[in-house]
This record gives sequence, C-alpha cells and structure tokens, in this order.
Amino acid sequence: MIQAKGIEKSFGENQVLKGINVDFIQGQTNLIIGRSGSGKTVLLKIILGLFEPDQGTIHYGDEVLGEMAKVRRKTLRQEIGMVFQGGALFDSMTVAENIRFPLEMFAAMTEHEKDERVNFVMDRVRLEGAADKFPSEISGGMQKRVAIGRAISMNPKYLFCDEPNSGLDPETAIVIDQLIQELTHEFNMTTIVNTHDMNSVLEIGDHVIFVKEGHKVWEGTNSEVLGSTNADVEEYVFKSKLFKQVRQAFRK
Amino acid sequence: MITNFFEGMGAYVLLMTKVFRRPDRWRLFMRSLVQEIRLLGLDSISIVVILSVFMGAVVTIQTAFQLSDDPLIPTYYIAMATRESITLEFSPTVVSLILAGKVGSNIASSLGTMRVSEQIDALEIMGVNSASFLILPKVVALILFNPVLIIMSLFLGLWGGAMAGDLLGLVPFQESIMGYRLEYIVFENAIYGLIKATAFAFIIGSVSAYSGYSVKGGAVEVGIASTNAVVRSCLAIILANYLLTDLILTS
Ligand SMILES: Nc1ncnc2c1ncn2[C@@H]1O[C@H](COP(=O)(O)OP(=O)(O)OP(=O)(O)O)[C@@H](O)[C@H]1O
Ligand SMILES: [Mg+2]
Repeated sequence: MIQAKGIEKSFGENQVLKGINVDFIQGQTNLIIGRSGSGKTVLLKIILGLFEPDQGTIHYGDEVLGEMAKVRRKTLRQEIGMVFQGGALFDSMTVAENIRFPLEMFAAMTEHEKDERVNFVMDRVRLEGAADKFPSEISGGMQKRVAIGRAISMNPKYLFCDEPNSGLDPETAIVIDQLIQELTHEFNMTTIVNTHDMNSVLEIGDHVIFVKEGHKVWEGTNSEVLGSTNADVEEYVFKSKLFKQVRQAFRK
Repeated sequence: MITNFFEGMGAYVLLMTKVFRRPDRWRLFMRSLVQEIRLLGLDSISIVVILSVFMGAVVTIQTAFQLSDDPLIPTYYIAMATRESITLEFSPTVVSLILAGKVGSNIASSLGTMRVSEQIDALEIMGVNSASFLILPKVVALILFNPVLIIMSLFLGLWGGAMAGDLLGLVPFQESIMGYRLEYIVFENAIYGLIKATAFAFIIGSVSAYSGYSVKGGAVEVGIASTNAVVRSCLAIILANYLLTDLILTS
C-alpha cells in the first residue's frame, strides 16, 4: 500500500495540491481522475519522488519516502514500473530491447533467464511477432503495450500510469485499461492510474479518487460513481449527455 | 545576458560532473560506444575526405600565389608553408568546426528528442544516471575518433596540396614531398594537432550534449537547441583554439 498524507505543493504563487490524503490499495487499480491542470501529474511525481512536497509525507508500506536512505531510494526505483503519457519508449531500441532494458541494467540474471523473462512479458502484453520492430514502426496501441511491458519487466510492486490511454481510439483504450487491471490483479501490484476518461473509471476503477483544485473531493469504487450525489462528481461526470442518460438508466 | 551566460556555464559544469561517472554496466557502455563511434565518427569520414583534399589544394594555390612574386624562393618552400598551415591550423580547426556542424546538431537533436518525449525521465525513474548513460559514450567516442579523423585529414590535405600544385604547374609533386619533409618537427606538427583535436572533440561532445539535454518544451525547442549546439560549439572551439595556440607556442 502507498499512502499520501497531507500532501501540499505550490509552484510559486500557484498552489497545486492543498492537502491530499489518500490510501492507494494493493492489488487494485487506483484511479486519480480530475480536470486537466488539477494536479494529477504533480501528485504522481511527488509519489515517485521526482518532486518534494512542501508539506506531508508519502509512505511505501511502513517506509517514509522522504526519510529513505539514498541506496534504498535507488532500490525502490526498481520496484516501480512507470508508463508515461507518451509511452517514452527508447526509439533507438527494438520492442524486445525496450522490454529487456531494465533487466540489462539492474537484474542479476543470466542471459537465458533474461530471454525467458522478455518472452514471458511479450506474451503477457500480447506483442507476439513485434519483437524486432522499432517503436516508430508500430501503432499507438502497440506502443502502449510495449510501455506497459517495459514497466512490468522487473516484476514491480508498484505500477504507475499517467494517462495510459490518451491518444487511443475508444476500443483500443479499453483494451489497454483492461490489460492494466488484469496485470494489477494477477501480480498483486499497487497500481495508480491518472486519467480524465470516464470510460476508464467505469471500466477499471477499483478505487476512484476525484481531485479538484488541489483537493480530494470524492473517493469510492466505480460502481459507486454513478450513484454518487456529490456535486463535484456530478459536475464532472455528467457534463456529457451520454453519461446523464447512463445514470438515468442506472437509477431506474 | 551576462547572468544568463554564467547560469548556463554553471549548469554545464554541473551536468559534466554527472556525466563523468563510472558506468553502471560496462557491457551496455561498450555497446553504445561502438554505436556512437560508427554514428559520430565513421559516418563523418566522407565529408572529412572531401573537405581535406580541397582545403589542401586551396592552401597550396594561395601560398604559391603569395610567394611566386619572388623568384629567389624555391618552390618546395611553398610546400613547406602549406604543410605548416595544414597541420597546425587547418586540419585540426577547420575539420573540427565542420564536425561541430554535423555531429553537434546530431547530438543535440537526438538528446533533445529524448528529453521532450520523456525518454530521459523514463531512465531517471528506473534509477539510471541518464546524463552519464547517454552522454559519456558520445563524448568518449568523439575523443577517441576525432584524432583519427584529424590525422587522416592531415595526410589527405597534404596529398591534395601536392596534387593541385602539380596539376596547375605550381609545384612539381616531388618537390612538394621534399618541402613537406623539410625541417619537420614531430612535436609541433603532429602532437600539437592531436592535442587540439582532442580538446575540440571534448568541446563538440559536451557542449552539444548540454544544449540537447537541457531542452524544455517540444519539437520547436529541439530545433533551436540543435542550432544553439552548433553556434556554441563553434564559438568555444575558436576561443579554445586561440588559448591553446597561445599556450603551446609560447611554452
Ligand atoms: N514543474 C512545474 N513547474 C511549475 N508549475 C508546474 C510544474 N508542473 C506542473 N505545474 C502546474 O501544476 C498544475 C497542475 O499540473 P498537472 O500537470 O499536475 O495537471 P494534470 O492534472 O496532470 O493535467 P493533465 O490532465 O492535463 O495532464 C498546472 O497548473 C501546472 O501549470
Ligand atoms: Mg497530467
């Protein structure tokens, strides 16, 4: 489990996070949802240790991120898999080399074990036949699979995804979402996903956290979202006509 | 503007202290080194060949033109003067300036692209020292290979000079060779050029890498960084050339 306790963060005059408290649950996909600019990426970067919070602490299990020794911080990095918004694949490497890279860098494995691990991961994210292609030669959906594959190749405890399905068509987006959820359950990871996509929320939101103007305004499961009477959630979710109709159908 | 310059210098020095660290994995380092030598070194050979031959020819013609008024000067002196110009200045400096254009923009745009597409962040999050991992192989490749290119350029320049002298009837080929050998001092002519080649290689690699690595923004900024890399490297080379020439010739 990862806990954020009283996280505040400002950039100059601009206070982005105003005291966020969340428990991110192990074995579940924890979705942070909110408008563009609401501070989702900043929160994720604070959890990753890329930004220091002005106030508050991040807890990985019983350990406090800010109090970890340098060496421990470095090993923690290897327990984290990160999927970037744009994929961030190494474009000078093939698909297989991308997935293999963290192993080459950090794993104490024989070449044979690395081969096996890469094959296992490629298979798991369904990239058969793409091993020797370069990122520029594959579709956006496949690039996301590679990014997910690279993120899980070290068998991480924690998986972070910043808008994993942005730029994908709705069908591919759902497939990617489902892949993330499947992997989370299968490997019992603590997964945090940033999104502003209501489809993702309903599809894979084991634990949904609404963020607005630096505050957590609502938290619950995906099945609770549609029944919620929280004004901020209503405002966000039911902006779209489609979701209004969905809710009416749901409430009947 | 002045404070900008000093801030930039500070950031550059800080980056270099991150770059010169022992690689985490030697095997990966060697693999990138070989790749960079191919990309930054071998791929530059053709331009160095063409440039050097014609540069040698032009220097010979110019020198011949300057010295031909006085019939008392033997023609092999033309070759000797050509040799001095080529080995001391033209090969190390001009070739490095051209490479700053070709290699510098390549380094800056590839690192800049990695920065804006979050590839550098991806490395950092994995716990990799991205500065060292990406930049060190490039700088080392240039330092190893630039002297090779300069030596090549030196011989080709001299050959081009002798050919042009012969073809245009200014200096017979044999006399050029004789002139090239006259009062030849190995230290001044070879070591001196190599010291410059090494220093310029470091400048091209590190200055361009700094420009690319510190990009913020998108594709437009990558383009600007690539131009900046060339301008800054060239300026730094010209300044370093002045300082080195002064230092070596007066000591
Ligand atoms: N490095 C930074 N320096 C200064 N301000 C920043 C920085 N990073 C983010 N901000 C500010 O923090 C606010 C929240 O940004 P953030 O990227 O977290 O939003 P987001 O919720 O992830 O939005 P999106 O859905 O568009 O990705 C923005 O106002 C942004 O300008
Ligand atoms: Mg964001």
